[in-house]
Amino acid sequence: MANRLFVASRKGLFCFEATASQWTLTGKSFLGEPVTAITQSASKQYLVAALNLGHFGVKLHRSSDQGQTWEEIDAPSYKGVHSDAQEDDPSLQLVWVLEYDADDTLWAGTLPGGLFKSTDHGSHWSLVESLWQDPLRKEWFGGGYDSPGIHSICFDPRNHEHVALAVSCGGVWISEDGGQHWQVKTKGMKASYMPPDQAENPATQDPHRMVQCAGNPDVLWVQHHCGIFLSEDRGESWRDIKASPSAFGFAVAVHPNKPGTAWFVPAQKDEKRYPVNYEFVVNKTEDYGKTFTTIRAGLPQEDSFDLVYRHALDVSSDGVILAMGSTTGNLWVSENGGDNWQNISNYLPPIYAVRFL
Amino acid sequence: MPQIVCTNRLEGIGPCSPEAFEGDDLGSVLASASNKYPRLSSYLIDDQGNIRKHVAIFINGQMQDRHTVLQKHLNQEDEIHLLQALSGG
Repeated sequence: MANRLFVASRKGLFCFEATASQWTLTGKSFLGEPVTAITQSASKQYLVAALNLGHFGVKLHRSSDQGQTWEEIDAPSYKGVHSDAQEDDPSLQLVWVLEYDADDTLWAGTLPGGLFKSTDHGSHWSLVESLWQDPLRKEWFGGGYDSPGIHSICFDPRNHEHVALAVSCGGVWISEDGGQHWQVKTKGMKASYMPPDQAENPATQDPHRMVQCAGNPDVLWVQHHCGIFLSEDRGESWRDIKASPSAFGFAVAVHPNKPGTAWFVPAQKDEKRYPVNYEFVVNKTEDYGKTFTTIRAGLPQEDSFDLVYRHALDVSSDGVILAMGSTTGNLWVSENGGDNWQNISNYLPPIYAVRFL
Repeated sequence: MPQIVCTNRLEGIGPCSPEAFEGDDLGSVLASASNKYPRLSSYLIDDQGNIRKHVAIFINGQMQDRHTVLQKHLNQEDEIHLLQALSGG
């Protein structure tokens, strides 16, 4: 059973632990600082956290004692990378996601769109040039930020050379060879915010979040700006999934062993971005999106303005426990697969990410 | 030698009371300071070598143009304040 939950927020990193059926705040780090991502090495030896200090830039910190103490390490750098357009040379704006692969290589998805890898737990970084130099990459544009960014990095447990990325706005990208070559895979996705003849342009799709089923990695779920999309052939094709009260949202989680089971946190599309009718709900499907159960138990059903960002919903490795945090600073946990929720805190800063580690 | 002083926000990263380092421009002063404060430059300068957008630098009380301040000639008695601009929030 998962018993440790990290919450990355606008004002620090918080650790909650399950003790005697209660989730208790047991750790606080980087107080006052925006924490945008956290991950743990496959060996469990290291935690790595990304901060965005605003005035003083993006920083990375690493812990070798489970978050008790942290050391600052080098952040990914665009030094020496030049723009060939009439714009400023790229500079690191945000580490949006950090993920370790099974070989303990650390990957970072960033704004303005660079993918970076480190084989020494973040001491040194290299830009994945193959993706950066792809001509289609230059068609990416900002979604939620001024610049495009990589927010989802998925590794196929059957073959660690298989990597899948999602980009806002830049579509879904698949590599079969550990990142040496990439192909954009968005067949079936549609972007209604584009001119009609550009709605299926792969490089302008806005997947808000993509997750892969560990037990059946052919299955990928995407919460897209324009709805929910499901692929059962590892990105070769996608189909539009209808959901009520809304298919708009940012977050998605998939059951680690049941590929047809996924959770979403719907919001009113798309400028509003608060719960439909101010009723905060979770949508759960157990049949590949044919039907959804709208779950309200334990969640605010009036005057809610909670929005769950793309990294702020997570499911434990056994598929039983879920956690989610909102921009309003509310944190909830479900210990029965999302069917009932309990509020853990009402007083946290705006939450960027939650993660069982 | 020119002296640098950092905002208290940079405690532990750079000197928060005046401290002298060799150099005849800010770039070389920061290079000298990097032996004692190895992370200071990365807080002030981005990965393309530019002063960060929301960093404010004053020399003897005068705010400087962030695009040129790294190369600006310094006198030995100059005092440089390295601050956060309110524009950054």
